[in-house]
Amino acid sequence: MFNAITHSQIYVLDQDEALDFYVGKLGLEVAADVNLGFMRWLAVSVPGHPERQILLEKPGAPAMSEETAEQVRELVTKGAMGGWLILTTPDCRKTYETLLAQGVEFTEEPTERPYGIDCGLRDPFGNRLRFTQPAA
Amino acid sequence: MSRAAEETNRRMLRARDAMDRDYARPLDVPALARIAHVSEAHFTRTFRATFGETPHRYLQRRRVERAMFLLRETDRSVTDICFDVGFGSPGTFSRTFRDIVGRSPRAYRKEAVATGVPTCFTMAWTRPSD
Repeated sequence: MFNAITHSQIYVLDQDEALDFYVGKLGLEVAADVNLGFMRWLAVSVPGHPERQILLEKPGAPAMSEETAEQVRELVTKGAMGGWLILTTPDCRKTYETLLAQGVEFTEEPTERPYGIDCGLRDPFGNRLRFTQPAA
Repeated sequence: MSRAAEETNRRMLRARDAMDRDYARPLDVPALARIAHVSEAHFTRTFRATFGETPHRYLQRRRVERAMFLLRETDRSVTDICFDVGFGSPGTFSRTFRDIVGRSPRAYRKEAVATGVPTCFTMAWTRPSD
């Protein structure tokens, strides 16, 4: 019936800051950055894989009331919004060292798991990210 | 006003992440307040307002959750697990565990079943509620 996941979304509080982090630090690519007037459609993807994009959406009017947007922002900053991303890497420890040197905020150091070497971090807003070097 | 609240949330989340990561270390209010960049006087109150429980209670529940994990997934002795997760004495561990889980660590181990899902999920979802 379905054959691919093409877009996912997470909330970010500032799209320029999100670009600095997701592209500048994590090394993702801008898949789309379009000012639609009513909102900025900003999506990133893993280099070379534009078929799978993550929309970095800023909560706000007119999609939601300012009051609701404030609640969403509050949940993001409390780490309660979801915003789960799991990426893969060929070398978890090396990626960890690289990102640590850039001041990325880690919640968990590289840890051996049955499924591979796994690591946890937060984006500047409170979203949780993980990356895994899958077990061979 | 709201921007300030968001920054406070983020600071409290940083302290909570430290508890999730370093639960086995002696984490006290001064140490956590330093991580959150707030005064000790404000830390406990602000943390509670943000997450609905005191930092002490959060840390205890995290330690008990990790103990439940080790009881389920490993053969380590109850005494070893007590120290592994940051309790200072087996007496305090058993009492806290029973208060939170409603059973002793040994009774829990007999009934528990390994889950087989990624650890980050069990860590978030199996933390015992009040």
